[in-house]
Amino acid sequence: MSATPRPPSYRGQTFRDSLSVSLTVGSYGAAFGAASIAAGFSVVQTSLLSLLTFSGASQFAVIGVIGAGGSAISAIATATLLGFRNGLYGLRMAPLLKVRGLSRVLAAHVTIDESTGVALSQESRGEEAMRSGFWLTGIGVFIFWNLFTLAGAFGAQAMGNPAAWGLDAAVPAAFLGLVWPRLVTNTDRFISLAAVALALVLIPISPAGLPVIATAGLAVVIGLRKKDSIPHE
Amino acid sequence: MGTSAAVFALKYLGQSIPENYLSHPKFKSINGYIPIVLLSALIGVQTFSEKTKLMIDHRALGLGVALLALMLRAPFPIVVISAAASSALLYHFT
Repeated sequence: MSATPRPPSYRGQTFRDSLSVSLTVGSYGAAFGAASIAAGFSVVQTSLLSLLTFSGASQFAVIGVIGAGGSAISAIATATLLGFRNGLYGLRMAPLLKVRGLSRVLAAHVTIDESTGVALSQESRGEEAMRSGFWLTGIGVFIFWNLFTLAGAFGAQAMGNPAAWGLDAAVPAAFLGLVWPRLVTNTDRFISLAAVALALVLIPISPAGLPVIATAGLAVVIGLRKKDSIPHE
Repeated sequence: MGTSAAVFALKYLGQSIPENYLSHPKFKSINGYIPIVLLSALIGVQTFSEKTKLMIDHRALGLGVALLALMLRAPFPIVVISAAASSALLYHFT
């Protein structure tokens, strides 16, 4: 995923990059599938989330908020805020892809961390390689993510009581795994801990789902106070 | 359904609108922090609460193990599986 400098070379390399990212990331879909069943969703609902939302953090947020008893509104709001960065990736990818109509709809759906990341990592090989990196990774992750979601969902369904298998702890562990690479600076780490603290304080005094979305205010406050440097994306 | 529609709309919007609207540094800064705060809050809620009650149970051990795994640079599946396994163990012994 991270761009190691490579010699200018052939298509095979781009293909291999895309495939390895697709397989690795797609396999995390199993964790989502299992967690979604543990949160009380059906196999069909779980699969629909993976097919239609297709954005890992947003999907985990939906099952996390609803599983904790939150309302659909707060689940959607949390997931949407988390999905916002995909829109920014789209800004970056659009001039490269130059697609219209149905292809643009398709491109939008597979605009995620990984497709954007692989496309950008192919920069030294030229625009053609960047485009194929985007499409191969986007479609590859889509296929594997959905297959593994289904596998995870059926697996969890066969297990029964989620707590007995530790699935109730797998969800926060997955969130931790997702947020970990983003905690680069001390400010990042401070904000992360502050968000946990704020959410915990709000839990006993507000309806379920609200403590999570309320922490978005924290990001706004600290983002506005920050003077110049732009955090990693 | 609503989530799917909203998340897709954002992806499509990003593909469609001109760049300069969202390139303000303050906006980028906030946008960089949003995933951090939301994911962190979700960790807290999912680990230490049941409905609107705070509690510490087997899940806390799972989260601790996940943290340890991440500090040892374990890959994502190992992080999740080790958290689940340790949490399940404690659940069975309490």
